[in-house]
This record gives sequence, structure tokens and C-alpha cells, in this order.
Amino acid sequence: MADYAEKMTPLAGWGRYRPAMCRVLRPVSQPELAGLLADGGTGRRIARGLGRSYGDTAVNADGAVVDMTRLNRMTAFDEETGVLDCEAGVSLSEILEVFVPRGWMPAVLPGTRFVTVGGAIANDVHGKNHHLDGSFGDHVASLTLWTPALGAVECSPEQDPELFWATVGGVGLTGVILSARLRLRRIASAWVSVDYVRCANLQEALEAFSESDKDYQYSVAWVDCLSGEESLGRSVLMRGNPAPAAMLPPARSLKPFDIPRRPTLSVPVDFPQFLLNPYSIRAFNDVFYSLHKTSKGHLVDYEKYFFPLDRILHWNRMYGHRGFVQYQATFPLERTDGLRRLLELCSRAKRASFLAVLKRFGAEGRGLLSHPMPGHTITLDIPNAPGLEDFLRELDAVLLDAGGRLYLAKDAVATPGAIAAMYPRLDAFRAVCRRADPDGLMSSNLSRRLALTGNGEAAHD
Amino acid sequence: MTEQHPSMPSVVIFGAASEIARAMADEFARKGYALALAGRNTEELGVIAGDLRIRHQRPCHVLPFDAEDLDSHAGLVDSCTAVFGALPDGVVVCFGFLPDQAAAQRDFALAKKCLDVNYTGAMSVLERFAGEMEPRRWGFLAAVSSVAGDRGRKSNYHYGAAKAALATYLEGLRHRLHASGVRVTTLKPGFVDTRMTFGMKVPGPLLTSAEKAGRLCARAILRGRGTAYVPEYWRLILLLIRHLPEFIFKKTNL
Repeated sequence: MADYAEKMTPLAGWGRYRPAMCRVLRPVSQPELAGLLADGGTGRRIARGLGRSYGDTAVNADGAVVDMTRLNRMTAFDEETGVLDCEAGVSLSEILEVFVPRGWMPAVLPGTRFVTVGGAIANDVHGKNHHLDGSFGDHVASLTLWTPALGAVECSPEQDPELFWATVGGVGLTGVILSARLRLRRIASAWVSVDYVRCANLQEALEAFSESDKDYQYSVAWVDCLSGEESLGRSVLMRGNPAPAAMLPPARSLKPFDIPRRPTLSVPVDFPQFLLNPYSIRAFNDVFYSLHKTSKGHLVDYEKYFFPLDRILHWNRMYGHRGFVQYQATFPLERTDGLRRLLELCSRAKRASFLAVLKRFGAEGRGLLSHPMPGHTITLDIPNAPGLEDFLRELDAVLLDAGGRLYLAKDAVATPGAIAAMYPRLDAFRAVCRRADPDGLMSSNLSRRLALTGNGEAAHD
Repeated sequence: MTEQHPSMPSVVIFGAASEIARAMADEFARKGYALALAGRNTEELGVIAGDLRIRHQRPCHVLPFDAEDLDSHAGLVDSCTAVFGALPDGVVVCFGFLPDQAAAQRDFALAKKCLDVNYTGAMSVLERFAGEMEPRRWGFLAAVSSVAGDRGRKSNYHYGAAKAALATYLEGLRHRLHASGVRVTTLKPGFVDTRMTFGMKVPGPLLTSAEKAGRLCARAILRGRGTAYVPEYWRLILLLIRHLPEFIFKKTNL
């Protein structure tokens, strides 16, 4: 192991919840990566990209974390079909920077552009178009995976589909994704035509989703989690379609892929914990609600529409040094009662922060551990404060009762039993892991906490 | 897009597989330059060149090069001229070798290699291109020295001495070529987050990303700067360190 530069450093997910000391290796070439993966001295390992998973997906206490960000080379692009071959460390931000000016975009964009291709596949991320276009894995033509038992192998929906669909959403536990072939999508401009609909409560929002989501490629709602009673779940739907160049004002239609350059802001230090409190968040929510009146046809550039928070670097520091957890729960379509109950708990506990997002998913994800399923998904940021885990258990109970599920990319505190109940294909996933990695070399804090691999009996710590 | 237009500017980067060099190449390509990446590991350079071609749609060639194989340097000007169809507009030397200090103290061969790569190899390349550029009366030459060359320290003085030699050489070259209009830039990066410093104890705020360092280097070269610290605040830090009286400096643990 002496040949690989390594660093001991505390690592956490984006929520900065409970950092753990990890040994980080950062290979700069594929041969170096192959060498350190084959080296027994590396021990149990997990790949890490840009660290935007919220919990402990890419944290590995006492084990090795393979930082993939230097392996970010694009290797081929087909101008006819839009298929991009790239190493797993290429970020969606880089793909957008290179290909939006040429009229292409990744088919699925999550809420931040600062994720790697490998991370997007391993978490099978979804975006505002999930109801029509599925999740990230649905647009991966094939990928190359290093596994302990098989070495580097290519898999795709046609070639070893079992391994492929275990890797899509498999939170890095089938092996290390080395590279992938992505099908990019043609775009006519870099702009989205957005309609806003204000809904006074949850019922109105759910009705609007079910009536007219089919008319929009992109659909999402911002939800006020502090309002209760008759305005429980008051929201603003922000739905849009790609804007054709002809729709842009004359000055923009000549350069339909140019968007305004904005300065990025940065949160330089941890905010004191008291800054985000029910009063400041309520004030924010009131302003947000009053600024977004029901109206149609706003032209919004893709950065602003898809990645509103990316403008603020280190925004996770707003939650202070204790960090936060992001809780994303999906309820089956018919169980809106569960969703309502969850919002009631949040509104009463006054714990949720200003970022709550609601979306209606499309079809079930094909990855064995993919999160999406037909239903409504709600995402809450919850600052770390005493009693947090007890509160989340309460939410989990509501979710389990409704037959819903948590999203592994966000999770930091769930229990093995809950996850096993939420993911009926977990045993099939474990079987693929036993084939690809019989000795359990692929391992993370998340996998051990939730007993995702092995026989699922106990965390093999 | 791989056919090179005669008016497209060109630059050759020696030691192009390093992380700073890759970021520099990226910035040159963004500014419209055709590139030649030279180094020992041509397979890896091929991957980097392929990436740059996709990102910037500019020609990007790969040339085999070994800093220690001085005899082979005789053919460098010709091989660069062959790939671009003309003598390149600019030459940047990025390769370097940082030996483990304790090992270099025990093993003379290692200490010598440090000088051979960082100074002799760099000088050999630059001198050959300087000879061609001076009569042409335009172009630029640049090399990556280091803040380590500004004052000898117990933690890396073999490396520091070689980089100091390189900086002094560049200073003289700049003096010589001034009249011809050929610009010579000395680049002095501080702590950059690369393989070389990965795992070293470096105070976080002083660590610059390789991407940013490369971008700053390329911009300093294109602006025709003489000596550029990367980032520029290192000039102040080194000013203080250089002026620390020896009797105090000897007691520090830098």
C-alpha cells in the first residue's frame, strides 16, 4: 500500500451529520485505480464522488474511501446519437458546461449539478422529470464496473442485466463504477418555460399534480412545512417545459444556449444554530409564497430552475456545525393520508426547515434498490438537534405503515428492519452482491448500519 | 475539428500528465490553443488529450518525452514543429520531481536525480526552443518553479535548490530574450492539492485546487507575466519568510 498517496480525514455526507475518520485514496489514472483495487492492503472500500449524498453512503470508518474525482475524463462523444463515454468521476456540471452550448443535456438532472456520473448511477438519482423520463439509470447505455470477484466487467440492460440493475441504485456495494456510456438528450435551448400554481393546502397540490403533470416535462412543488390546520401543506407548484428557441426574446433566440452568468455566493463559516428557527423560516416561507403568484410562461434558465441552491456554495453550513439530515420519503399514490400525517407531525414539531419539496413520481425504478416508485415523494431538511432520531423514528413509523420508503442517498439514521421492509428486492440485491463480492470487500458505514449486504442478519463490523 | 487552421495558436506542454498541467492545458484549449502534450506516459496522455478534444474541439497531440533522457531532446523542436506544422507559439515545462527528503539525504543518486529532472531537464528543453524563438522574435516560454526555491528549508532543500536554479535560469533567459519580444514566465505555485501534497499536513486555507492553480498559471503566461506566484498571496508569504533573520529561521520547523 505504500505507493498510494493517502490521507486520513474526517468525512461525512452533505448533511455533515456525524463525521467519521476515513482513509482516503485518490487515484489519478485508471492503472493506479486498478492497482489499488487489486491490492489486498486496501481493505474494505467504497467509492466516493463529490460527497453530495446526505448521509453515510460514501463514508467508511476505518476502511478505504476511493475518491474518484480525478478520474473525470470524457473518452468519446457521438454527435449523431448523443452518447457520451466518460469516466465515473466526470460531474454533471462538467457535462452541462461542455454540452449545453452544443445542444445536449443529461436526460435526468438532480437538484445539484455537483454530482459525479458514478454517484448519479449508484444512487439512481431522479429529477423533476421523473414522472415522464424515469431516473438516471434509465439513460445509461452501459457501464464498466470493477468487482472483487469478476474484476472489471461491462454490464448493461442487455449484458448481465442482474449486475447492471443491482449497480444502478446499489449505493456502490456491487463494486466501483469505472466508466459509463450515457445517452444525452437534445435540447432546443437552455431555458425552461415555467408555470407557477399556488395551492392553499396539500389537497389542492395533490389534485394539481394528478390533473396536469402529464402536460409538463418538469414538475415539482415547494411546500411550507410550518403551516398547519387548514393550510397544512400549502405549496407552490413550479412546473415547466423546455423552451423552444422561438419562444425566447429576440436577443436570446439568436444564442439559445447562452444563459446569464451570475456570481456565486458562499457560506464562509458555520452559521450559529439559532439562525434557522421557526420564526426566520416562517418569514422565509411567507415571502416565498407571496412572491410566487399563480402565473404562466416564465422563462427561467436551466441553472436557476434545476439547481437553485448551487448558487450558494457550502449552503450546508447554514445548518451549523452539528449538521442536518435530509429526510426523503415516498408514499404510495393511494396513501396520501400517510403523507398528510407526516406533514402534521412536522408542522407540530416545528423541526423542518425551509427546504421541503414535493413531487409525484412515475414508474417504479428498475434498480433493485432504486428509490422511486409510483407515489408522492417529500423531502425535508431537518437540522440536527436533541431528540432528532426519536422524531425520525416517529416519521418512519408513519411511512412504514403506509407502505412507503426512504431514499438511501439521503438516509443517515434508519434501521435495518425498516429498510428491509421498504425494499422488497433487497434479498435479490444481496444475492448479486454475494456473486460480485463474496468476501464483502465493498462496504460503507451505510451498508453496515443497514445490513445491506451479506446475509442481512447483522452488520459485519 | 482536428485539422489545424494555420492561424490557430499552439502550445506544447512538457510533463503534461500532472494535475496542474492538465488544468493548464484545459485553460489553453479554452482560449483556442492547439495542444501537444509531452511526457513519459503516452498512454495516459492519450486519455487526457482525448478528453481535451471532446471538451474544447481543438487539436491535441501526444508526444513521447523523457526529461532525463537528454540526448533525445535534440529532436524535440523538430517533432513539435511536425505536429503543428510550424514552431509552436509557446512552450511550458511542468514536470518536476520531489524526492523524499530523508531518502535524498542518504542516497546521492536520488539527490542528483532531483537536480537532473527539475533543473537540467527543464533547462535542456527551454534552451532548445529559446534558440528557435529568439530569431523568430515572438512566442513564450514558461516553467513551473516553486515557492520552495525561495528559501532553503530542511524539509525539502534538494528540491528547493533545483527549483531555485530553474528560477534563476529563467530570470537570465528572460533578460536575454527581452529584446527579441519572446516572453519568459516563472511560475511559483504554493501548496496545490495534487498527488504530491495529498495527505501532507497543509493548512486548509493555503491549499489551492489543481484546477485553479492551472488556470492561474495559464493566465499568467498569456498575460506575459515575469514571475507569478500561484496564487499571488504567496508573494507576500515568501517575502516574509525570505526576510526572516537566519538566527530565527534556523529555529523554526518549516
